[in-house]
Amino acid sequence: ELCPTIKNILLLDSEGKRIAVKYYSDDWPTNAAKEAFEKAVFTKTQKTNARTEAEITMFDNYIVVYKFVQDLHFFVTGGENENEIILATVLQGFFDAVGLLLRGTEDKKEALENLDLILLCLDEIVDGGIILETDANVIAGKVDSHSMDAGAPLSEQTITQALATAREHLTRSLLK
Amino acid sequence: MVYVIIKELSPSADEVIIVTSSLMKDMTSKTDMYRANAIRVLCQITDGTLLTQIERYLKQAIVDKNPVVASAALVSGIHLLQTNPEIVKRWSNEVQEAVQSRAALVQFHALALLHQIRQNDRLAVNKLVSSLTRGSVRSPLAQCLLIRYTSQVIRESASNTQTGDRPFYDFLEGCLRHKAEMVIFEAARAITELNGVTSRELTPAITVLQLFLSSTKPVLRFAAIRTLNKVAMTHPIAVTNCNIDMESLISDQNRSIATLAITTLLKTGNESSVDRLMKQITTFMSDIADEFKIVVIEAIRSLCLKFPLKHRSLMNFLSNILREEGGFEYKKAIVDSIVILIRDIPEAKESGLLHLCEFIEDCEFTYLSTQILHFLGIEGPKTSDPSKYIRYIYNRVHLENATVRAGAVSTLAKFGALVDSLKPRIFVLLRRCLFDTDDEVRDRATLYLNTLGADGAVEDMKEFLFGSLDIPLVNLERSLKNYEPSEESFDINSVPKEVKIQPLAEKKAPGKKPTGLGGPPPGPPSTIDAYEKLLSSIPEFANFGKLFKSSAPVELTEAETEYAVNVVKHIFDGHVVFQYNCTNTIPEQLLENVTVIVDASDAEEFAEVASKPLRSLPYDSPGQTFVAFEKPEGVPAVGKFSNMLRFIVKEVDPSTGEADDDGVEDEYQLEELEVVAADYMLKVGVSNFRNAWESMGPDCERVDEYDLGPRENLAEAVNAVINLLGMQPCEGTEVVPSNSRSHTCLLSGLYIGNVKVLVRLQFGIDGPKDVAMKLAVRSEDEAVSDAIHEIVASG
Repeated sequence: ELCPTIKNILLLDSEGKRIAVKYYSDDWPTNAAKEAFEKAVFTKTQKTNARTEAEITMFDNYIVVYKFVQDLHFFVTGGENENEIILATVLQGFFDAVGLLLRGTEDKKEALENLDLILLCLDEIVDGGIILETDANVIAGKVDSHSMDAGAPLSEQTITQALATAREHLTRSLLK
Repeated sequence: MVYVIIKELSPSADEVIIVTSSLMKDMTSKTDMYRANAIRVLCQITDGTLLTQIERYLKQAIVDKNPVVASAALVSGIHLLQTNPEIVKRWSNEVQEAVQSRAALVQFHALALLHQIRQNDRLAVNKLVSSLTRGSVRSPLAQCLLIRYTSQVIRESASNTQTGDRPFYDFLEGCLRHKAEMVIFEAARAITELNGVTSRELTPAITVLQLFLSSTKPVLRFAAIRTLNKVAMTHPIAVTNCNIDMESLISDQNRSIATLAITTLLKTGNESSVDRLMKQITTFMSDIADEFKIVVIEAIRSLCLKFPLKHRSLMNFLSNILREEGGFEYKKAIVDSIVILIRDIPEAKESGLLHLCEFIEDCEFTYLSTQILHFLGIEGPKTSDPSKYIRYIYNRVHLENATVRAGAVSTLAKFGALVDSLKPRIFVLLRRCLFDTDDEVRDRATLYLNTLGADGAVEDMKEFLFGSLDIPLVNLERSLKNYEPSEESFDINSVPKEVKIQPLAEKKAPGKKPTGLGGPPPGPPSTIDAYEKLLSSIPEFANFGKLFKSSAPVELTEAETEYAVNVVKHIFDGHVVFQYNCTNTIPEQLLENVTVIVDASDAEEFAEVASKPLRSLPYDSPGQTFVAFEKPEGVPAVGKFSNMLRFIVKEVDPSTGEADDDGVEDEYQLEELEVVAADYMLKVGVSNFRNAWESMGPDCERVDEYDLGPRENLAEAVNAVINLLGMQPCEGTEVVPSNSRSHTCLLSGLYIGNVKVLVRLQFGIDGPKDVAMKLAVRSEDEAVSDAIHEIVASG
């Protein structure tokens, strides 16, 4: 099977607990297996510093690339023969897209409040293990057009989103 | 968002008609995002019938102007290829068009899908690759894919390196200069993984990887060093240019990178750099975790074997780290390495043994102490001054726990047995051990004192005390359980010495790596134990005596036939039992009263005595039927048997599983089976062929020469003779080095009647592939030696 495949993408908090995860492979069939993997990968990378550059490690016959910002930990996992740089590109795409979507405040609280955006984001990057998109701007653009359904009545959006929409309209009209 | 939720829940298509119909409407909506997501969701929850309905839309979507829609359709196609390949294959025209698309990622997805559709057609893949390598590929991901496909094509095309450069090598080399790093790396990795790659071909790839080694990004450094590590295993010289860069990586923040750097350097280093390397590694070892340390230890071991002259510094290094803190696995790895070095490098023996002695002085792991003591017992007496080690060993007797004390006593006794000059002093020490608190220790001391102290301690005694037990413990345990108390004492020689290796489960391995050993064989469990139990439970066969040998199952039907039958031949002293394992592969039939009619007209010495039919053989549940023959006792009779399966067949209604009441008699012809001389030979190995040969004596030796005629090669002739005789090759002599003109093969076995047989074969091959063989047989009975020659002469 020659197509580059991603096995999972994880977003954990600074204690190793899940914020948003998506698995694309049957290597972890039960939820217990998944949580064990998350715990293992978190403890292994805890002490390293992956804030400026993406870091990489290998364990259990998987390659994991990861990056941290504030209290968010991003991980992308691939098989041991995968091209590490492709994995890093996917990680960078995910990382930057989340940054764009959370509008600059990249911490756990913001992430949890915008969980729907993050899940959409994960959905737009990889489909069933195959890479869909790696450019952060395109990904964020797709997510945005998802959530802000043109023409959807305001009452369907959540309060925060409604406020955000209102804020944007206001700033736009002020700047005109 | 709704789309994501539907995908997560993924219901089956017939449950949610409303959802699917609204999704289908979405597929044709104006908003592209809706179209794309609807496609993805539908393809995940669809089944065959729904798929044909939406196929038209999907085909349109593949060539849609909007890249998001096109990508969605293509990726869904890749997933659908697993479940509905025929439908997806019909889209290949559209996919071909999509490959030419301008949008980068559409090209990537289209290429992936097209390759998967065509992957069984080697010519089509070849064409695809050729056209794209000349054309333009827009996205780095697509380029990486293309590189992988190119490598596959190179691998599959007959590699004639005689005719200059490989096909497509220029393309790969050109990719090394691409803009995107992932493409450069993919190309470099592909070049290093080419079959039989030459140093000239490797050079550009290694240069590029060397640049990555000094990058600021850890991912690049890691990727580069990992690839160089693999290359260093086969072409260490090519990597030596990077030594300087790799040495600076030893202090890298990322411990994985540092470990990989060290292990690579250990493979590529030359003698002069070894000392410098050792210094650097010593500081490094304290930083890394145990699992990394073990990797480094093994690399050091191979380095030492490569440069035996450096053993002193490497041995010092190993013993130093042995003294430091560490876990059990880590220390075990170090001890194993020291042991291997002592065995393979004679000059290192004295210092190595001393290091080990110092280690056991305060080793906290009982297992390691006992292993080392045992090893000292073997190697110590052979050194120039064994008495040096006595003090260390004797201290163990006082200071340690019972297990170690017992081990120490055995070791002391070994010294005493093998080194006569030390015997009196050893006895003094052993006598003191008689007062130990632990009974195992006292027992051992008493045993040794009495056996070794007796006048004229013979070689046999030493063999008894210190020889190794050749028999696997599993078999010994089984034989002891089967042994019933009777007049005859338990005969340890009757324990079968071969171990039926349990086949390992197949590892999930991608493309290039060799897959693990095959899956478990079908049919009933094939241990001797199971057969014995099975046969002794059948009253007709219970008095046949001890089972001598059971052959492997021999197929009597071709694959994919209605009834699959294989036979196992059980050899007793005066009887032969054929066990037919039958499987019925027709669900609409139930077989009853299944027997095998055996025609033994070609086997005069056999007479049928009993047959046990199989009462019922339903679909897909294997059963056994037996036929037993009497044969002259002790004679290795041979013969051909033709078989016919006879049964009553009843129709079964597949939905209810009920069978009709009447049945029809029917017959089914099976293939012939043969009982050959090799069936009377048990494969029994010996660990030291020379000793066994000498002790057997030349009285029953027969030597003769044979001309085996023209053969393909020496290995084929050797294998043919081994299979004919059915004996066990010893000391790895069944492996014939390629291109050798002569070979000596050592075989051993146990012939029926429990006669040990040893065979020495000398093969020679001359010009027109004519193979000549000299056969020397030694056994305990000259009739048997003659019989062996008979077998070869007639085979």
